[in-house]
Formats: sequence, C-alpha cells, structure tokens
Amino acid sequence: MTIVIPQSFWLYFTFFALLFLDGIWCMLATRNMVRVLIGIEILMKSVTLFLIAAGYLSGRMALAQALVITVIVIEVVVVIVIAGVILGFFRKHDSLDVGNTREMKG
Amino acid sequence: MIWFTILLVVLVLAALWASMATALLRATLGLALTSALLAVVMYALGATLAAVIELSVCAGLITVVLVSVTSLTQPRTFKEALAARRSRLRRFWPLPFVLLAAGIGLSFVRVPVDIVLKVPAADGDVRTVLWSLRQLDLFGQILILLAGVFGVLVLFRKEAK
Amino acid sequence: MSHLLLLVPFAAVLLLNVLPKRARVAGIWIAFGVLVLETAAAFIAKFGWVDLSALASLDQVFRFHLAPDGLSELLILCAGLVGMASLLVAWKTSHEVEERFTFANLVLIALVGINGIAMVHDLFSLYVFVEITAVATFILITTRRTGEHGIQAFEGAWKYILLSVVASVLMLLGIAFFFLSADGISLDAVRQALATGAPLAWVATTLFLCGLFVKGALVPFHGWLADAYTAAPAPVSVFMAGIVTKASGIFALLRLAQEALHGAAPGREILLVGGAVTIVIGALLALTQTNMKRMLAYSSISQMGYIVLALGGDLSLGILAAGFHFFNHAVSKSQLFANAAAIEKELGTLDMTQMGGLGSRMPVTAGTAAVASLSIAGLPPLAGFWSKLLIVLALWKAGEYSFAAVAILASLVTLAYFLVLQRNVFFGKREDRWAAVHETATGLLVPAVALAAVTIALGVGFPFALKVLLGGGA
Repeated sequence: MTIVIPQSFWLYFTFFALLFLDGIWCMLATRNMVRVLIGIEILMKSVTLFLIAAGYLSGRMALAQALVITVIVIEVVVVIVIAGVILGFFRKHDSLDVGNTREMKG
Repeated sequence: MIWFTILLVVLVLAALWASMATALLRATLGLALTSALLAVVMYALGATLAAVIELSVCAGLITVVLVSVTSLTQPRTFKEALAARRSRLRRFWPLPFVLLAAGIGLSFVRVPVDIVLKVPAADGDVRTVLWSLRQLDLFGQILILLAGVFGVLVLFRKEAK
Repeated sequence: MSHLLLLVPFAAVLLLNVLPKRARVAGIWIAFGVLVLETAAAFIAKFGWVDLSALASLDQVFRFHLAPDGLSELLILCAGLVGMASLLVAWKTSHEVEERFTFANLVLIALVGINGIAMVHDLFSLYVFVEITAVATFILITTRRTGEHGIQAFEGAWKYILLSVVASVLMLLGIAFFFLSADGISLDAVRQALATGAPLAWVATTLFLCGLFVKGALVPFHGWLADAYTAAPAPVSVFMAGIVTKASGIFALLRLAQEALHGAAPGREILLVGGAVTIVIGALLALTQTNMKRMLAYSSISQMGYIVLALGGDLSLGILAAGFHFFNHAVSKSQLFANAAAIEKELGTLDMTQMGGLGSRMPVTAGTAAVASLSIAGLPPLAGFWSKLLIVLALWKAGEYSFAAVAILASLVTLAYFLVLQRNVFFGKREDRWAAVHETATGLLVPAVALAAVTIALGVGFPFALKVLLGGGA
C-alpha cells in the first residue's frame, strides 16, 4: 500500500494549530507542574511538525532536518533544566502545585 | 492521502491523551506515543534522520526524564489526588470540543498561499548540510549540552540540610 | 578573530573543569581574564591595535559563517563591561567557592551565546545562541537558593523559562514561515523576501519579532522580568539586567532593523507603538514599587522601550540612537544593580520603605547611584542625555512628533521614580538600626565607580565619541 503525501499548506497548518492549542491549554489549565512540562513538550512537537512540513512543502528537506535536529537537542536540555526547577520547588514546598509559582507580587 | 490524514489525526489524539490523562504516568506515556507518531509522520515526509533522532531522544530520553521527575516528587495523599482528579476534569473537558471546532473551522479556510519553491537539485543530503553549512549550530549544540551538564550539577544536587 | 570570541570562553570553561578542586578558587579570576579579553576585543576590532592576520588559518578549520560588524562590536563591548562588573559583584557577595565557580562557568557559557548573537547573520543560528544564553541564565538564577531568596529564585526562574519557551516556539514558527516565503534563513534572504512584499514573509517577520519581544520583555510580554530580576542573586541580576535581556531580544531587533527591515512601513508602526507602550507602562509600574531591585527591573523594561522606539524613527539616526542608548543602559543599569547589591549586603534588605538616610553612611554608593539615575533619566551632561536627545531627534526627523513627545514626557516620569528611589534610600531620616551601617567592600565599589566614570566621561566627551561611533556603527 503506497501512502500519498498531500501537498497542501493548510492541512499541515491545521494540525500544527491543533497541537499548539492542545499544548497551550495543557500549560494553562493544569495545577501540576509536571503537566506544564508536558504541555511545553507538546508545543515543541507542534513546531517540529510544522518545521518539517515547511521543509517538505518548499523542497528544502535537508535544511529543515538539520534545523530540527538542533532544535531537538536544545529541547532536551530545556526539559532537563525545567525538571530541575520542578524538583527545586518540590523540595521547598513539598508539593507540585502551580499555585506555588505565583507568590511574588507587584 | 486519507491514510496520512488519519495518521495526523491519531497524532493529535495522542497529544490530547497526554494532556488529559488522569494519572501522570499515563500522561507521560501519551507524550511518548505522540513523539513516536510524530517520528512516523516525519519519516513519511522524507525526514528520515530527524525522525530517528525524534524517536530516540524525545520518545526515549525525555520520557525517562519525566518518569524520573514524577518518581522523585511523589506528592499527595489519596484524598488529595481524588479531589485533584475531579477538578482537572472540570478544567479540561472543553478541550476535545475546542480542538474539533478548530479543526473543522480551519479545514474550510481556502486562502491561497504562495510558497517559494527551491530548485530540487540543490537540496543536498542532511549530513552534508549539517556538517558543512551548519557547523555553527553543531558548536551551539555542544555548548548547550555543556550548559545542561551544569544545570544538572546545580539543580539535581542533594540538598545539604 | 570572530572564531576566537566563541572558542576562547568555551576553552576557558573546559579549562576550569579540569582544574583540581583546590584550584577552583581561581575560577572566577580566569573568567575575569576572559572578560578583559572580551572588552579588549571590541577595541581591537574597531581600532586594529593588534595584527590578527595569523588567525586567518582558523577559517579553514571551522566554517562558522560569522560576520562581525560595528553593531557586533557594540554588543561585545557591553558584554565585556557588564561581565566584569558582575564577576566582581559575585566575588564579594557570594561566600562559597563552589557557588562562585559555578557562576564563573555559566557566565562564560552565556558569553559564548552573546558573542554568537553579536556575530551571526542567520536567523536559526541566532535562535541557537539566544537559547544558549537563556539556558545558562535559567541556571544562574537558581544558583543561590538559601536564605530569603531561596524560594523566590525558583519562581523567578520558572516564569522566565515558561515565557522563554513560548518565545522560542514563536521564533521557530517565524523561521518555518521563512522557509515557505524566502530563499533561505540568512538575513540576506529575509531582506530579499521582505523587499518583494510577500505577505507570508511579513507573517514570518511578525512571528519572529514577537518571539524577540517576549525574550526582551517588551510590553505586553514583560510579565516575567520583574520576578526574575528580583529573585536572582545579586551578581546574576547585574548580568541579566546589563546584557542578557538586551542581547536576546533587543539586539536582534537592532540587527533586523539594520539589515532587513529598512524602514518598511508596517515594521515601523509596530516598533513605534510597541516602544511607546513599553516606555509608559514600564515607567508607571516602576513608580509604584517598594523593592529596590523590582523598581530597577521595571525601569529596565521602560528603557528597552526607548531603544525600540528609536528604531521606528529615521533609520540611520535611529540605529545610532538605539545603539548608544543600548550601551548607556548596559553601563548604568548594571551599575545600579551593583549598588543594590551593596545595599543588600550591608543592610540585608531591599525594601525601600525601611531605608532612609543612607547617603551619609554610604557616600560612594549614593554618589554613583545618583550619577546612573540622572543619566538614565536623561539629564545633561551625562551620557543618557545625549542618547535620549538622539532618540528624540530620530523621531523628529521622521516626522513622528507625537511619539517624540511621549519620549520626552516619559523622561519626566523616569526622573520621578528615580527621585523617589534616591529620597527613600539615601536621603531623609535614618532609622536607628542603620546607625552602624558603613560603606561596602571595595570590591563592590570598583564596578560602581568604574561604570559611573564611563557614564560621566561619555557624557562630557560626547562629540568626540560621536565621531568614533559614526566611524563604525550605523
């Protein structure tokens, strides 16, 4: 069975937008810091999808892949740092509640 | 063409599961599944090298990091967890409908989009591009990994009580 | 030499980590040496004091596609000065060797990031180096977690990280749209695409600019900055306020304005409105603060607005004005945060409602703070007066009279909140508990005095400096 890949921009943009919305909602509507991290990850997936799609649509797949590889490495490091900050919060407050991140006023 | 669209839909469903799952570990699994599906999509589009890295790093490494953080931060009592579960459903139930509406709405957009196409012959191989054109990015990767190492040293160290 | 600017700090980090544990005390001084070289590099590049042709062979080994120019020299010089100041502050405010060692390493990594931002001409490489600087800064904010700061440090870092990730997503989106509408992602390709006026190219530019606005904390994306600056340990605040936020967000705007936007109409509108709103809201919020560092943070947001506003005026004059204001703010704001570090060290608090009458006990701190405050508020004959004047002139020349008026009026608000700061901290009645307070350690005074001296010298000697800046800047 051969799979035919569509050439339409709006198809890829639609699915990017859906993933993006999902990620933002997850980041905003959760009370658990680890889920915020999952939301961030979903956001990065959406951009990765769109970057590859952009490469595919414009015929520049090699460049797109090179960029995505670098983005993935950066993504990993950021995730690890965020995990460390979450750990720091947990050690101070003994809770993963996002409310703990809103104490500074002004 | 329909199979590919179905693949993309399943991808969004997996991401939906990742954000709405009640247990944190299931959400992490959902994220791993999303990464794996994204890798398949990337492979189908021709981005083979990037797909492999997405699969091994995101579906693999990041899942490990998330599971580690979850296990290091076991927080609540059973009652708290139950209450959290109920309030979470209240906050998340509109999401599938919003996504469905957005998906249907966007599929009716027919604005013509002009895309600049590059001459295919000059595209080249990923490895050549990465090593000759984008060496600076590789240097950047080394540096950010170095920063990551310091991050681990600073943030994951045992607290001296 | 451009390769050296990236390789030397990297090599220094490697060197620091192969040193035996006992030699780690030297870590901060090795980093200081690298920063001295950094500052020197800016002058060498401009005036050619040292013959560097022998380094041409490096181009064969590393193919980095770097293209330093006058704007790069500006950022490199700022990075050198601010870096030196923050290392000195770290030396005197941080009491554990390990903490200073980590600080030195992370500053060096961030320095590679900043040098990269200064020299690249490609959108994606710009993104990579912005991320390097950002990650190093995230970790820097959390390096000191004991004491009153401890819990807040994570909160400041968290807010910064979240908004920074959203900014990265926006920048990558912009890059993806450039894939579809331009011949590549180098600045040349972007310029060509914008010149044709293709709408997709403008979508891409807007997205990328929005990402930069978030990183640079321009209104309405400024929510993270006050918490991050306040919660960070003293030397990190100096470093962030002086160079990191500027390099990540504003510098890229300068670069884009110079290379790609060329005064095109929609871009100018965004810059004018965004800049004006940022100036006003930042200044008004600064007026209401009681924490010294928080007030300085909102002041930074406001001043960034001035730089963006300048870019909306006449192009060549605007870039000159923006660059000059960039430099002045780097010098003066770092110095003010160094003053804040001194006050925090001697008093143990940054709550301005509890201070008062410190002027007589801490004369050097008070004097230098006054110099920096008046310079940022735009009083002659200090450097800030000239940069504000240039900004107003750039707007006037482009016919943007109402925005010029906003710039001038906001200066009054700036003067107001700085007077509030001066009165609450240094003048007025002194509470009894501060009776034993004395001037802070020399190590903390050196950066303050040096930076204040630069401000005064530049202000008084401006015509000469103008000739030099015009030689290599815009």
